[in-house]
Amino acid sequence: MIQYEQFTLSNGLQVIVHEDCSTPMAVMNVMYNVGAKDENPDKTGFAHLFEHLMFGGSLHIPTYDEPLQLAGGENNAYTTNDLTNYYIQLPAQNIETAFWLESDRMLSLAFNEKSLEIQRKVVCEEFKEHYINKPYGDVWKHIRELAYTKHPYNWMTIGKELSHIENATLNDVKAFFFQYYRPINAILVVAGNVTIDQVKGLSEKWFAPIPAGNKYIRQLPAEPKQMIARKKEVKANVPLDALYKCWPICGRLDNLYYSTDLITDILGGGSSSRLYQSLVKEKKLFSNIHCYHLGSIDPGLLTIEGKLVKGVSLEEADKSVTKEIEQFLVEGVAERELKKVKNKTESSITFEDMSLLSRANSLAFYTLLGNTSLINVELNRYQEVTIKNINDTVAAIFDADHSNTLYYRSVV
Amino acid sequence: MLNRTIPPLIKQASSFELILPPLHRVVLSNGVEICLLSAGTQDVVQIEWVFYAGNAYETNNLVAVATNYLIKNGTAKHTAYEINEFFDFYGAFLQRDCYNETATVTLNCLNKHAEILIPKVFEILNESIFFEDELGIYKQNMQQHLAVSLKKCDFVANRLIDTYVYGERNPYGKYSTIKDYQQLQREWLIDFHRQHYLNGRCTIFVSGKLPNGIEKVIEKYFGQWPQSKTRETYPTITNIQAAQQKKYRIVNDEQGVQGAIRIATHFPNRHHPDFAKVMVLNTLFGGFFGSRLMNNIREDKGYTYGIHSYIQNHIAHTAWVIATEAGREVCEATIKEVYHEMNILCTEFVDEEELTVVRNFMIGSILGDLDGPFQIMSRWKNIILNGLTEEYFYRSIDVIKTITATELQVLAQKYFEKEKWYELVVV
Repeated sequence: MIQYEQFTLSNGLQVIVHEDCSTPMAVMNVMYNVGAKDENPDKTGFAHLFEHLMFGGSLHIPTYDEPLQLAGGENNAYTTNDLTNYYIQLPAQNIETAFWLESDRMLSLAFNEKSLEIQRKVVCEEFKEHYINKPYGDVWKHIRELAYTKHPYNWMTIGKELSHIENATLNDVKAFFFQYYRPINAILVVAGNVTIDQVKGLSEKWFAPIPAGNKYIRQLPAEPKQMIARKKEVKANVPLDALYKCWPICGRLDNLYYSTDLITDILGGGSSSRLYQSLVKEKKLFSNIHCYHLGSIDPGLLTIEGKLVKGVSLEEADKSVTKEIEQFLVEGVAERELKKVKNKTESSITFEDMSLLSRANSLAFYTLLGNTSLINVELNRYQEVTIKNINDTVAAIFDADHSNTLYYRSVV
Repeated sequence: MLNRTIPPLIKQASSFELILPPLHRVVLSNGVEICLLSAGTQDVVQIEWVFYAGNAYETNNLVAVATNYLIKNGTAKHTAYEINEFFDFYGAFLQRDCYNETATVTLNCLNKHAEILIPKVFEILNESIFFEDELGIYKQNMQQHLAVSLKKCDFVANRLIDTYVYGERNPYGKYSTIKDYQQLQREWLIDFHRQHYLNGRCTIFVSGKLPNGIEKVIEKYFGQWPQSKTRETYPTITNIQAAQQKKYRIVNDEQGVQGAIRIATHFPNRHHPDFAKVMVLNTLFGGFFGSRLMNNIREDKGYTYGIHSYIQNHIAHTAWVIATEAGREVCEATIKEVYHEMNILCTEFVDEEELTVVRNFMIGSILGDLDGPFQIMSRWKNIILNGLTEEYFYRSIDVIKTITATELQVLAQKYFEKEKWYELVVV
C-alpha cells in the first residue's frame, strides 16, 4: 500500500506527496501532459527536442544542472508518445533546491538561441545513435506507419525525420512552452523524507505564483477500426531476417487492459512463455522471440517480434506464429499458466516499488490518467482476471483482419 | 515578493555522515561463505552465488560464459523448460552473469517464496547436465546474436580497445568469434562446472528484508556441498600484452553516420593509492552530466548525445576509458577536444566552486546509492571481491571531501600524458 496525500494549488497544479521516512533522500517528479502525439505532423520530434531545451536555463537561473549537483542531486527526463516527465533525486535536506529549480523553469524558460542550436545537434546525434546507425533501429518507424493511419502514434518520439528537428525555430519553442508547460497541465509529486506540511508550504511559495495557463483539451483523431490485414516488407543491411506482427489493443484505462497485459506475458514474456518454448527451443525457427506492448494511454499494439534462424524463410516463420496463436485460441489459457503470469506481475510491481523514483513516477502517471488511487488497486485488477477473461480477450485481439505484419529482410 | 535569483540554502556534502550498514558474515564448515545484509522495507530478497569461474579460468574461449549461461538449462531431474517455468511460476528472476574473475547466479524473489526456490537453485548449481541439444541451440543463437552485434560500431570498438590495452590472449582483452562458438564442446562445460562450481570457491551474498531463518535454509543446502576447503583464491590476471601502436581508425560500416570513439590507458587497480583520488578527477573530467567533457563536447559543441569517462570494473588490472559515439564528420574534432580538456586539467587549477559541485554531487550520489538493500550489498560485494575492507569505503568518502585542486592537478599531470593513451575510432 503506497500512502499519499493530494492537493491542488489555486493555479491548477496538482500536487501529490508521498512520505517515506526510511530514506535520507527525496524525489521531485514533474509530469507534463504533452507527448509526441500532440505534435504537428510536419514538426515531429518537437516534444522530445523541447525536453532537451528545458535544461538550457530558465528565467532567473542561468544553468539548471549545476545548482542541483551542488545540492547533491541528480536528474533526468524522458518523453514518450503520451507525456513528458522530469525527475530529480537529492538529499532530503536540500529539497527546496528542487522547488526553486523546477518552479523557475515552469514560470518561464530563458529561450536561448544558442541552447536551441546546440540541442538540435545533440538530438540529431541521438537520432543517429539509436535509430539510424543501429541494425533494426528504424523498425518502429515502419511499424507505426503501418499500424496507425490517422492517430498520431504514427510517428516515434524522436520524430519522423532529421529535418523536422533541424528546422525547429525559437518561435516554435516559445509557442509550445506557453501552450503546454503550464501549471494547469502539470502534476507535481514530492516523495521521500519530507512532510506534507513542508511540501504544502514549499509548493505555495514556489509554484503557486505561476500563472495557471489554459487547460489543454486534447482532440486527437481516433484510429479507425482496422478492416483488412496489412503487410509491409523492408530490405536492410542487417545480418538476420526479422519478423514483426502487431494487432491493435485497447487503451490504458480500458477494462481489458489487464487481461491484454497478461496475454503478452503468456505468449512471449520470457523463457517459459509459449512462443519461446515452441519456436525457439522446440521448432528452432527463431533465435529469439518476444511478445509485448508499450503501455500507451490511447489504444496501442500488441507486438510479436523475433529474429529468424538462418535458413528459415519469413513466410514459414510467419505461419508458425499464426499457428501458435490459433492454438492459443482453441486451447485457451491453463489455470497454472494464468497463475504464473499473475505471480510474475505481483513480483514486478513489488520490485518496482522498491525504488522511490519509481513510486513517485507511478503516482504522477496514475494522476495523469485521472485516478491516483489506481496505484493501490492495480495488482487487484490483475488478480481478478479470469480464464474466461483471457480467452475472450485473446479472441478479440487476434482477428486475422486486424494484423499488421512487417518482414524485415536481410540483404547482406 | 519572492526573489527567484537567490538559491535556497543547502546542506553541504562535507556535513553528510555516510554509513555503510554492517554485514553479517559466516563461513560454513565446507568453506562456503555467506554474507547477509538485512535492510529495506519491501518484502523482497536477492541471493547471489559468486563463483570464481570467470573467463580467466578457461582454457578454451567461451567455456566460462557458456557454462554460466547454460547452468539452468536442465538437470538430472528437470528439463530447461520445467526449471524456467518453476522460477517464473513464483515470479522469481534467475539471472546469470559471467565476468573475468567471477561468474554469478542471482535469484531475485519475494520473501515468501525464498524457501521453496533456494533448493531449486541448489539443484541447478549441483546437478546441471549441459544437454547437447541445449548447447546446440545456444551455439546457433549466440552466433546469430554476435553477427548482429558486429554491425554495431560501439560493440566493435569496445572489443578492440580491450585488445589494444590488454592483448588478445589476456582474459580482459580476448573476445568471442563465430569459430569459438562452433568449437564449443559439451565435455568442456561439464569439466569446467565440476572444477569451478562444484569444487571451486563460492561466496553467497544475501540482501533484502530478510525472512527469519533464511540463513538456515541456505546452510542446509550449501553447507553440505562438497566444496574445496582450500578456498582457492582468484587468479591474478597478469600477462598483459599491450599493443605497441596507439592510434587506430577502423571502418566497420561504409554507410555509418557515427563513429564510436574509445580513448584508453592503463590503470593499476583499486588497491593503488591514487585510486580514490582518481575517481574524483574522473568525475570532474567525464564522470557525470556536469563534467568537463559533457559541458564542452555535448553542451557547447553538440558533437554527441553523450560522452563519458570511467575506470573499468576489473580486479587485477584495469583501464581508464573515455567513450562516446559522435557524428562521423566530427570524430576527429571530438578527440581533439578530449585532449584539450586533459591539457586544461594539467595546466590550470580547478576552482573551488566547481570542485564543490563535484564533491557534493559524488556524496549525494553515494547517499542515494546507499538507499536500498541491493545497492548496499553491491558496494560490499565490490569491497569483498576486490580484497578490500570497509576502511576503503570510508577513505574514499574522506578523499571526496578533502582532495585539493593541487592534488588533482598533480594527478592529471601524471595520467593525462597524451602518449600514454590508446585512441580508436570505429565507423
